[in-house]
Amino acid sequence: MKLHLKIWRQKDASSAGKIVDYTLDGVEGDMSFLEMLDILNEELVSKGEEPVEFDHDCREGICGTCSLQINGEPHGPDRLVTTCQLHMRKFNDGDTIVIEPFRAKAFPVIKDLIVDRSAFDRIQQAGGYISVNTSGNTVDANAIPINKHAADEAMDAATCIGCGACVAACKNASAMLFTSAKVSQFALLPQGQVEAVERVQNMVRQMDLEGFGNCTNTGACEVECPKGISLTNIARMNREYLSASLKG
Amino acid sequence: MGILDSKVPSGPLADKWTKHKNDINLVNPANKRNIDVIVVGTGLAGGAAAATLAELGYNVKTFCYQDSPRRAHSIAAQGGINAAKNYQGDGDSNYRLFYDTIKGGDYRSREANVYRLAEVSGNIIDQCVAQGVPFAREYGGLLDNRSFGGVLVSRTFYAKGQTGQQLLLGAYSAMNRQINRGKIKSYTRHEMMDLVLVDGKARGIIARDLVSGKIERHSAHAVVLATGGYGNVFFLSTNAMGSNVMAAWRAHRKGAFFANPCYTQIHPTCIPVSGEHQSKLTLMSESLRNDGRIWVPKKMEDAVAIREGKLKPTQIAEEDRDYYLERRYPAFGNLVPRDVASRAAKERCDAGFGVNKTGEAVFLDFASAIKRYGKEKALTSGIKDADEATIIKLGEEVVEAKYGNLFQMYEKIVDEDPYKTPMKIYPAVHYTMGGLWVDYNLQTTIPGCYAAGEANFSDHGANRLGASALMQGLADGYFVLPYTIGDYLSKDIRTGKIPTDSKEFEEAEKQVRDRMAKLMGGTGIHSVDYYHKKLGKIMWNKCGMARNAKGLEEAIKEIAELRKDFWENVKVTGTIESKNQELEKAGRVADFLELGELFAKDALHRKESCGGHFREEYQTEEGEALRDDENFKYVAAWEYKGEPKDAELHKEDLVYENIELKTRSYK
Repeated sequence: MKLHLKIWRQKDASSAGKIVDYTLDGVEGDMSFLEMLDILNEELVSKGEEPVEFDHDCREGICGTCSLQINGEPHGPDRLVTTCQLHMRKFNDGDTIVIEPFRAKAFPVIKDLIVDRSAFDRIQQAGGYISVNTSGNTVDANAIPINKHAADEAMDAATCIGCGACVAACKNASAMLFTSAKVSQFALLPQGQVEAVERVQNMVRQMDLEGFGNCTNTGACEVECPKGISLTNIARMNREYLSASLKG
Repeated sequence: MGILDSKVPSGPLADKWTKHKNDINLVNPANKRNIDVIVVGTGLAGGAAAATLAELGYNVKTFCYQDSPRRAHSIAAQGGINAAKNYQGDGDSNYRLFYDTIKGGDYRSREANVYRLAEVSGNIIDQCVAQGVPFAREYGGLLDNRSFGGVLVSRTFYAKGQTGQQLLLGAYSAMNRQINRGKIKSYTRHEMMDLVLVDGKARGIIARDLVSGKIERHSAHAVVLATGGYGNVFFLSTNAMGSNVMAAWRAHRKGAFFANPCYTQIHPTCIPVSGEHQSKLTLMSESLRNDGRIWVPKKMEDAVAIREGKLKPTQIAEEDRDYYLERRYPAFGNLVPRDVASRAAKERCDAGFGVNKTGEAVFLDFASAIKRYGKEKALTSGIKDADEATIIKLGEEVVEAKYGNLFQMYEKIVDEDPYKTPMKIYPAVHYTMGGLWVDYNLQTTIPGCYAAGEANFSDHGANRLGASALMQGLADGYFVLPYTIGDYLSKDIRTGKIPTDSKEFEEAEKQVRDRMAKLMGGTGIHSVDYYHKKLGKIMWNKCGMARNAKGLEEAIKEIAELRKDFWENVKVTGTIESKNQELEKAGRVADFLELGELFAKDALHRKESCGGHFREEYQTEEGEALRDDENFKYVAAWEYKGEPKDAELHKEDLVYENIELKTRSYK
């Protein structure tokens, strides 16, 4: 199939960007979206032009590196997949596809389609851990039985890949889904209780400092999340936060 | 040729590690504050090592090319992590895990290292649970286990099909705690370009900030390389696109011996190649072999009809299917080790029984598992005389709970529903057992340069068992390296900060700059990917699942020619002083073009078949690997001498005091 691509090009963080038009022929349905961009880049390089830079790594939907706002949606039109697993069979011959970086004040553009998501790391550094030494001298792993439903729910929250689609989807560029996924994982496990008060307070404080917006319960984050992280996590974080405020 | 000293402590196998820990020198906590350690790579091994070193009190700097430590490729490991906990009461023990790993590695790994790995495996699970890793649990609240290839017990702990992700996020959270305390400084989007030696010791690295393009000097008292494997030398592999050998290869060029480069794991269950555009291959976890049955049609005409789309796999009658693993290996069946399963698939496809349009695919079928689980579920749900449709519906629910994310991934990529029609799979490059040679302390042949995780060679011999990579990465990182490195660092308590304005740093930086300028200065005929794909084809065709002397000799010649062509004619767009993904790729491919040749040279010199290294000339009448313990029971460690072809062989003889060498049999 033949595609018309409108791609955001931006030299670096300090330059202004613009949409540039490209036409690409010979695209097959079995190609992933990123393989389609590989072909475009191969063409650009052969012409001596600079290829379109985009973030990607594992290309199997788990590392969370790839991003892209495709026709206005983070990770494109398919559900529960990242861009690297979006396949071209979801598009038709002659389609025009608009490809932009994730847009948020807290995610400044580095180059072309690449954005800086280090704000997410800083939120995790503020409290996304259990303070246990890594000496291995802890209690036996089976010493504390954990209810299977709680463990499964913690796992569901923990599957967040930190890609930032939730932020890009949100009209307020809120990072509540991302932050609440980590808060929830620990809130659901006995190991997470000891530091529960400080954790939620510190992570939320950092989230606000980074310039992410507030949550207004529109739920776009849940719809666009490639891992299906549930809005319930945000409710849980709000409860944790309120309870921490009362205790703290 | 020299003989290498592995520094394995004396004494009985089970006491070695404890004794060693008691014997080695320690660094006093006040002195640790004055000692810097660089850790390159933030996967399971690097992330865990960085966290523990920082916790012990050292000043740690971590480097990763990704935009966050959480994205290292350990994250993609699916199936699980082994530990000799014996929670299932099925007779597991440290010895059994040790024995299985040595046997699985086809008697080409170091006994003492493997025993230590088994010994600390249980601690890993305790540690991870304490960190909040949400492992799968049974209804009683205790941890669940499953089985992996090459073993007869259930010792694999898992978190759905995302075990690597959860363990890595655990290590990342431990790192974050130390970053928050200021004990780790994390450099993301940074690539190590070279190792810096001062007076023969590793004292720092030259790194490139991948955003600004700036070249930086970083010094330390020791450097830990935890940069993963080199599977991407094949271009197509299950590795991440950015996975590369640069750090390890730069260290090799500076004097670290490279061990057993030809030991590569070709994983049996990956999604087959769909076309020329393919950029990487996707693994389907080995855990699927717990329940999936692998087969091809018995009759050639059925195979042809399936390839042509005239027949569906579900239309082939049970008696016309060849469950070749169950047929050839009745004791282990579908759960034979990876190398055995991969070769068996290749054998069937080469014989003409492949089941996709390229003829390079076999079926992985869940129909009987769905029925089996469905019947059980119907019984436990109190449904008597359940009809076929109900059984299948219930069975699909059970399979979804176990492997849901893998099935979804398959469906998204292939556009077929694996609940209704069998998956198509084919072997793909997955893991490299070879790597930097290290002694018992995980130190390379360069003093002060350590290697951990997949980047070293030590634990998996010629073939790695499933769910053992995560175990080794975390064992090295959390429990081994942070202690052994103290013995070395104890001599550095009076050294003081290592200056970066020395002539050694200056010279190393100059070499890095010259090399990049040379990469940018090609005549500009072909792209970097053009060369990488060509190299990958040579590797797959001549150094892949089956190798022979003629092919390997050709490969050595062709890779050398390709490398020359690359340096003359590669086209790298953009500039050095800016974000430039083409330049990043070019530097990595340049090193693969050297490693590939050494790989072929190593494969050619090893005139035996063992584990993942299968030489067609050395096989039994039944087509099984034929080892030669008399002549090749050693680690081949190569010393850099300029061109890969000039590399000098050093041998570490493998001594088996606790295990009797046997022909590996899974029949």
